[in-house]
Amino acid sequence: MTPIRSGAELEQARAAARQKSQAHEVEILVCAGTGCLAHGSAKVADAIRQEMKQAGLGGDVRYFTKTTGCHGFCEKGPLVVVQPAGTFYVKVKPIDAAAIVERTVKKGEVIDKLLYRDPNTKKRVASYHDIDFYAKQQRLALRNIGRIDPADLDDALSVGAYGALAKVLASMTAEQVIAEVEQSGLRGRGGGGFPTGRKWRTCRRVNVTPRYVICNSDEGDPGAFMDRSVDEGDPHSVLEGMLICAYAVDAHQGFIYVRDEYPLAIKHLRLAIDQARQAGLLGQNILGSGFDFDVEISRGGGAFVCGESSALMKSVAGEVGEPRAKYVHSVAKGLYDHPTVLNNVETFACVPWIFAHGAAAFAAIGTKKSPGTKVFSLVGKVKNTGLVEVPMGVSLREVIFGVGGGILDDRPYKAVQTGGPSGGCLPAAMLDEPVDFDSLTEKGSMMGSGGMIVMDDRTCMVDVARYFLKFLSDESCGKCLPCREGVKQLLVILQDICDGHGKPGDIERIEVLGSVVSKASLCGLGKSAPNPVLSTVRFFRDEYEAHIRDHKCPAGVCRKLTRFDISAEKCTGCMVCARACPTQAIVGEKKQAHTISQDKCTQCGACRTVCKFDAVLTA
Amino acid sequence: MITFWINGKKVEGHPGEMVLAVAQRHGFEIPAHCHHGGVEPFGSCRLCVVEITHKDWKGWKGQVTSCLYPIEEGLEVTTESAELLQVRKVLADLLLARCPDAPEVQKLAAQYGIAKSSYSEHPDRPLCTLCTLCVRACEAIGASALGTAGRGPARKVGTPFDLPPEACVGCGTCARICPTHAIDCTEDERVRTIWKREFSFVRCDVCGRPTLTEAYRALLSERSGLSVEYFKRCDQCKRDEQAKAFSQIVR
Repeated sequence: MTPIRSGAELEQARAAARQKSQAHEVEILVCAGTGCLAHGSAKVADAIRQEMKQAGLGGDVRYFTKTTGCHGFCEKGPLVVVQPAGTFYVKVKPIDAAAIVERTVKKGEVIDKLLYRDPNTKKRVASYHDIDFYAKQQRLALRNIGRIDPADLDDALSVGAYGALAKVLASMTAEQVIAEVEQSGLRGRGGGGFPTGRKWRTCRRVNVTPRYVICNSDEGDPGAFMDRSVDEGDPHSVLEGMLICAYAVDAHQGFIYVRDEYPLAIKHLRLAIDQARQAGLLGQNILGSGFDFDVEISRGGGAFVCGESSALMKSVAGEVGEPRAKYVHSVAKGLYDHPTVLNNVETFACVPWIFAHGAAAFAAIGTKKSPGTKVFSLVGKVKNTGLVEVPMGVSLREVIFGVGGGILDDRPYKAVQTGGPSGGCLPAAMLDEPVDFDSLTEKGSMMGSGGMIVMDDRTCMVDVARYFLKFLSDESCGKCLPCREGVKQLLVILQDICDGHGKPGDIERIEVLGSVVSKASLCGLGKSAPNPVLSTVRFFRDEYEAHIRDHKCPAGVCRKLTRFDISAEKCTGCMVCARACPTQAIVGEKKQAHTISQDKCTQCGACRTVCKFDAVLTA
Repeated sequence: MITFWINGKKVEGHPGEMVLAVAQRHGFEIPAHCHHGGVEPFGSCRLCVVEITHKDWKGWKGQVTSCLYPIEEGLEVTTESAELLQVRKVLADLLLARCPDAPEVQKLAAQYGIAKSSYSEHPDRPLCTLCTLCVRACEAIGASALGTAGRGPARKVGTPFDLPPEACVGCGTCARICPTHAIDCTEDERVRTIWKREFSFVRCDVCGRPTLTEAYRALLSERSGLSVEYFKRCDQCKRDEQAKAFSQIVR
């Protein structure tokens, strides 16, 4: 690509890119996000291309197959969308390629069996826009993901990439840029929720150069993949956001800190950086404005604590990734002790949108104190799992039961954990609470980077707390005493309770120790680590008491406190549980009620999971 | 100078100084297990927490580690309160659970009325509290032979790959600065043995007593630009020599 030297040349390049993409009368989008790739979407794309070629459509620009970033509906992958009709196929296999080309591409027909089936109405849905999972979302940070080929700069240009940058460079001062971000009310999407505009302003005020811009893509929460999807599916938006930030704070060097476990994100970011450099969108004299900025990728080794800003900056500098006290903020003394702006991937991805649509448009979405949208990775016991973006302030109920379609197998809802491993668990009474930074913190949980794990009645809250404390204890860097020893001791108490060795007074001990760990720890990891246990003690105290006092696990999860039995009335004698049992502990004839031989039973719960008649009882 | 308040008393400190340093200079007692005036503050034991507020902060109060908090004009520091006491007590309890056999930790815990930890004791009952004073001192000396390895509860202080450290000069500072005497260091007339390495002593050219190790002398000479010769005499003999010279001048 020849370098673009001005805003006018950028618009010419965009017009050419649009012409190219508009020439495609039929576009087949095959999702190539990590989830779909794992389901085999690369083979699906190959098969469709092959079929197109055989049908004589392959070389024709009117018919075009492209691989895109993640559509978010990972559970149903591989996903294929046929545009412009928006026909949406799920769980597509390479063998389906022929039918898709023959029927949908050529004749415009819809293949019924490949359509998504609504789990509640049981009806097949033909189009993208009619599925609750998508219809109830508002995609802003994810605006281009799934629509464009992340490896193609032209495709990004055709949907408006770098337009905001051109506008900023040509017509705005740094002060105006910062004021615009401040007016938008954008708050950091990495978890802290700090006002982005204020961060930029403070950094610019520090009279030390060089200044740095870092993008935090060290997404370490189990089950979270928001940032990864943006990196993989729309890397140019991240770069554009960083460029605008760099212009505002007068920085000339940026870093993207991305975990090494995200190979596809690294590949696409690297490709995007190379393309942007070649196109003159990174480097010297960007778009003829005299502004210079370049970006380097820094790969993280995968320590959870390196998502913490000061630990991240140490890691970028090549030191051990351990946090430091932040009484002097990193906007003043960050990377290499120089002023540094660190924002998360999603935050940067929102920035170009704000400049393309105006701060007022952004501020109009969401709530007054938490404007805009937020991306969540909705996982756990929910019907539609995947990546969802909703306006701030919607209720938990709307996300879980609206977008998410409700609880798997229509079991009762028990709790949702928001904010990743160190978030809190919120009970049913809080389902109508709005999802925004301040409400969640007030309720003892947090927004975090946007993890949302839904739990049903078969989830033991003590076990959940134990699980997350184990993760956090392992991931603590060990530098400060309360986090290293305190979280470990909390885990010891929880393990004892799960094993049936809980003692009266344990709950109170947890509360005292948890509050000290929160108060005294050095960094955010330790300060938030007691959240899972403190919030479950607060909202599910009776479950703790049942474990300690009655030696019972009401959810039937903690093995040493649970006994499995089969209800003679409900059992139909279908033998499914007997086949699922790994220790052959279930005996009984076909069509006769089964029984569990207790000396062989290991309390794994496999029988209960597979039983369709709710005949497996726990006590 | 910066003027601020500790427990209602007006105190002064230099710009860039930390609250703990100024407080200690003015005689305030704040427990600080991982702190030593000679090395960089680190903030790992958290015992030195204090409460801070300021008349311009609209009533906002916070807890900070005083070893790392830079002093500010008008800052109001409180070093004792029921809440701080509870934090320190739990921290001392946790430290005792890790190091039940370390007399210094026992002494610290006893100050909070704890004779036996209420938490589960570390099975290895280590003496090391992971304060990392040794690591920071080694860095200050210029050898950087020590470091930390492992994460979370598995963290430990030691030498690279647990091997006798090449960078060690046998100065023994780590063993001396360790508040719980957790580092093995033995010496006789001839050699000091530390971190599984032996270091020969230089002998004073006057009295013949062992002074510093040969490796440490080389490092000091390199760092200071002084010749190795400068370090041939022990401190005592240097003092005697200077006293003699001085008395002759006076006479």
